Amino acid sequence: MKKETASTLRTFAIELAIYALLVVAYFFLVLHFLGQSLYQLETRHRYAYAGVAILLMIGQAVLLQNVTTLLLRFIRGRAG
Amino acid sequence: MFFPISGAHISPIYLVIVGFVIGILGGFFGVGGSFIAGPALRLVGLDWNFAVGTDLAHIVGKSVVAVRQHRAFGNVDLKLGLIMAIGTIAGAEAGAQLIQMLKRAGNVNFVVSIVSIVVYLSISAFMMWESRKTLKSQRRRSSTAKVKGLTAKKDKSAFSHVTRAIQRLKIWPMIALPTSGVKGISLWIILVVAFVGGFFGGFLGGGAGYIRMPSMVYVLGIPTHLAVGTDLFEIIISASYGTFSHAVKGNVDILIALVMHTGAAIGAQIGAISTQYFAGPKIRLAFVPLPLIGAVIVIYTLFTGHKL
Repeated sequence: MKKETASTLRTFAIELAIYALLVVAYFFLVLHFLGQSLYQLETRHRYAYAGVAILLMIGQAVLLQNVTTLLLRFIRGRAG
Repeated sequence: MFFPISGAHISPIYLVIVGFVIGILGGFFGVGGSFIAGPALRLVGLDWNFAVGTDLAHIVGKSVVAVRQHRAFGNVDLKLGLIMAIGTIAGAEAGAQLIQMLKRAGNVNFVVSIVSIVVYLSISAFMMWESRKTLKSQRRRSSTAKVKGLTAKKDKSAFSHVTRAIQRLKIWPMIALPTSGVKGISLWIILVVAFVGGFFGGFLGGGAGYIRMPSMVYVLGIPTHLAVGTDLFEIIISASYGTFSHAVKGNVDILIALVMHTGAAIGAQIGAISTQYFAGPKIRLAFVPLPLIGAVIVIYTLFTGHKL
């Protein structure tokens, strides 16, 4: 049981490390470029901004969940 | 990191950590976590209006992740969630209108603070009493019972006699909720529960999961795991509505919400998976400190005059 827990924790730590790298890249690449265009949209077209904000949030949620699931599968595949 | 929409300078690491903590709480308890997110955003200098709107936007993303995970475990009653969303939105509007009335009367802060302290303390006290009583009676019945996987979803409650009496009320139209194991319940009771949750959300701020999740268990008789998953599904709809409304008023910095959500996405999955290893009464007992934290924050702001 202890061995199993240690293995799960190790897998999770590896997943977190890779995920952290992806998130940092995401901050610098995506958010940096999105920032100005979203700012312009927010000041000029509030209703469009509101719709885009929700779509971005849902889109990111689905994307990140798929990324974490894939990462987990990939790490477990290599470990096993 | 500079966020041009709100004009705030906030460390992205701080936002990711806050998102992660709230994600775990949301995935496990089915709450939005605004009672922590709001003060956490205020702490780094974000204006109240942006803290409230941005928090709602981040709740949408976090709930999507948690619901997908809960759905994989069969913990989401879509029919119930959709019905509740209608009542919640109507209640939120009514709560917001009452706030406007109190604003005009000039005593909004005091009234909201007192009501929220009473509500938070009552929920904590009741849930502690009920879950401890249920756990004690379960221990008496079977001291060797193990809780793991699907067996954890067989829910018991010391309040079930009241729940059964509510379910026996035949007020047309009656509907069945097969996913939640409810053979028949009046549509009006579901709408009233959702309305009350939405009302407190509009009145006290946030998604009011701390009221809706217990109400679903004790009033509607939904098993705790399903109440958590369904509440999160319902939160996606009501928080999206709230996000849109706040974004139109210029209260949402979506960039902050997106950064927070990168932490919440992992936290929400951990929280949702963790529910599979705890029985309903244990989840409810662990829920007790959450409204207490909310009460402590309100008492602090009431006595010091600081708005966290």
